[in-house]
Amino acid sequence: MYSEKVMEHFANPRNVGEIENPDGVGVAGNPICGDVMKLLIKVKGDTIIDVKFKTLGCGAAIATSSMVTEMVKGKTIDEALRISNKTVAEALDGLPPIKMHCSVLAEQALHAAVKDYLGRKNKS
Amino acid sequence: MVKRIYLDHAATTPTDPQVVEAMLPYFMKAFGNPSTLYSLGREAKAAMEEARDKVAFSIGARSEEIVFTSGGTEANNFALEGVTFANERKGSHIITTSIEHHAVLETCKFLEKRGFKVTYLPVDEYGLVYPEDVRKAITDKTILISVMHANNEVGTIEPIAEVGKIAREKEIYFHTDAVQTAGAIPINVDELNVDLLSMSSHKLYGPKGIGALYIRKGTRMIPLLHGGEQERKRRAGTENVPGIIGFGKAMEIAQAQMEQKQCQIANLRDKLIKGLFERIDGIRLNGHPLQRLPNNVSVCIEGVEGEAMLLNLDMKGICASSGSACTSGSLEPSHVLLAIGVPSQVAHGSLRFTLGRATKGEDIDYVLDVVVEIVNKLWAMSAV
Repeated sequence: MYSEKVMEHFANPRNVGEIENPDGVGVAGNPICGDVMKLLIKVKGDTIIDVKFKTLGCGAAIATSSMVTEMVKGKTIDEALRISNKTVAEALDGLPPIKMHCSVLAEQALHAAVKDYLGRKNKS
Repeated sequence: MVKRIYLDHAATTPTDPQVVEAMLPYFMKAFGNPSTLYSLGREAKAAMEEARDKVAFSIGARSEEIVFTSGGTEANNFALEGVTFANERKGSHIITTSIEHHAVLETCKFLEKRGFKVTYLPVDEYGLVYPEDVRKAITDKTILISVMHANNEVGTIEPIAEVGKIAREKEIYFHTDAVQTAGAIPINVDELNVDLLSMSSHKLYGPKGIGALYIRKGTRMIPLLHGGEQERKRRAGTENVPGIIGFGKAMEIAQAQMEQKQCQIANLRDKLIKGLFERIDGIRLNGHPLQRLPNNVSVCIEGVEGEAMLLNLDMKGICASSGSACTSGSLEPSHVLLAIGVPSQVAHGSLRFTLGRATKGEDIDYVLDVVVEIVNKLWAMSAV
């Protein structure tokens, strides 16, 4: 049911873990199925130089988490905000229709982390 | 290559080689239609009736009370629709439980659309139905009660004989879905006080596509399939002769091995449950601790998700199942786990292993090591 790419990211997820003193943290939960994703970013200038995630969820949730971290690393804040659940799913060679909501989680966690970063920046 | 350990016997079982052997002659040699009068047809008919005897004998029924169907789903549909449509004038109320298989629940929903009223009885935290609840739910309109013999997800064995006693007292037809118990634990239709009982061959090492409904003599019902006069006019269509022969053989083997296998499998089940509880924190057993199927291990593990566990187990060659919303295809956790009071969050981490005849002690050791490794890996990755 999953593409090879999804299974590859699920089996070997990239960027799992925590960042000390992150510049932005985003948490997204899916109340429908119970999946939770946390994404942390480190920003230098306008560029996301490091990103880590932790996810409690199904194969699709873990694979989309892993993929979104790969996509976002080295990108500017503006570029990161343009990443949508659709582009994440496409990068994984697609997700089964019933699993598309898992990719929304990745988008939400990323956008929440970026907003958190922008909020902190405006305060300081 | 990774070795494969199959622990999903509640989903299906491998066909016993002796069963395949018994079926083979009925594809190309004795292929006749059992309804014909020449010897080729008579030969098929005789073998089919011998299989019917075996299935009937295994549940303490008479041969003429067995109707072969395409499987458990058809048997359940036939029991519910056949009885309710034939007894519409007597009443329009059905009593069942909230933990039945979809083959019963969806048939009930269909009947509700056709004007019948259905009471879905709750179960307790162990998945047990209380016979007194059944008694209280009965009205003068009740025409059928359907309670499963054992639950396929959590393994709880229901007090069928007691419910049957009440049904008999009130003269209401009583059906039980015995798909998980036929061939696994002793069944006697008179002791259980049932009028109808569903069975499926592929759950007891027989072929897929064949099952049976036991219908107590004198039960008023209409057929589901209309056409020829096969199965004493209760199920039209040329009989699945090889399937029926295979089912009969599978039931015969199951009966002969039952006592010994039941004990062996239950010991391995207890070893697996004990090992999981010793080695994993935040785990709970679903279903009744004692009144449960000999092969069922159903647990919920906190902080992990079922599908992620299944995918990881599969990579290690282990076949299991889960009632997590993420595996259901419907975004809802299993209705059975919800009915026994498991919160959706906890049901998220559900895992079911159902053992079989070929399961060995070393398989359980391997599974335990792998499960612990996977759970630790997923915990380390978890956002919670």
